[in-house]
Amino acid sequence: MADVNRGDRPLSPHLTIYRPQMTSISSILTRITGNALIVATLMIVWWLLAAATGPEYFETANAFVTSWFGDLVLTLSLWAIWYHYLAGLRHLIWDAGRCMDIKSAEKLGWICVIGSVVLTILTIIII
Amino acid sequence: MRYLTARKRAEGKGAAHTGTEHHWYMTVSGVGLALIVPIFLYIFGSALGGSREEVLATFAHPAVAILTGLVLFVGLEHFRKGAQTMLEDYSRGAMRKVLIISVTVLSYGLTATGLFALAKIAI
Repeated sequence: MADVNRGDRPLSPHLTIYRPQMTSISSILTRITGNALIVATLMIVWWLLAAATGPEYFETANAFVTSWFGDLVLTLSLWAIWYHYLAGLRHLIWDAGRCMDIKSAEKLGWICVIGSVVLTILTIIII
Repeated sequence: MRYLTARKRAEGKGAAHTGTEHHWYMTVSGVGLALIVPIFLYIFGSALGGSREEVLATFAHPAVAILTGLVLFVGLEHFRKGAQTMLEDYSRGAMRKVLIISVTVLSYGLTATGLFALAKIAI
């Protein structure tokens, strides 16, 4: 049995030798956006904790969260969550066995990219 | 070498040795989050920038407190398992264990902190 190298095989995905294309980039973006959302989560939980604790603590946290830096992080996170949202729906479609061909997969990738930007702008307008 | 066929070794398990439960959890939590996250975005976005009294009034509402608690709990479980998959892809050995444990501690810690804050505001 081909068992010789068990446990010490190359890790996937092989980014350095993989040619970028819509399917791979949209998949990598799903991972990056999902994991990066922990930054916004940290900020929001801190902000809630500060609000629960007292006026002075809230002042500190709120000043940071609503500063230009906080705005930048939250705006990027808003795009990240919408992108991750659409990419997640895309996985549900794939899990159902639909749109598995390359053309449809690439189309779905573009829908995620463009749709997430549109939803981000819409959200900012609404709130 | 053990006298196990390749099929026997793989049966009921996957690379993570837990079968498809992980994937199924991500599907279920993903659908759940898809339903509640847009509402949370609206609530949080509207509350952000207000005074402390306004923020407290928003999150003291039972429905908002419950929804925010759900978003935090399910969202961070979804994150914990998603981040674990990423770590399993890019790290190995002792470093993999340390990183997965760290992500787990961070996720549960944030969940507990967030729920504590919500409870303090809402009750």
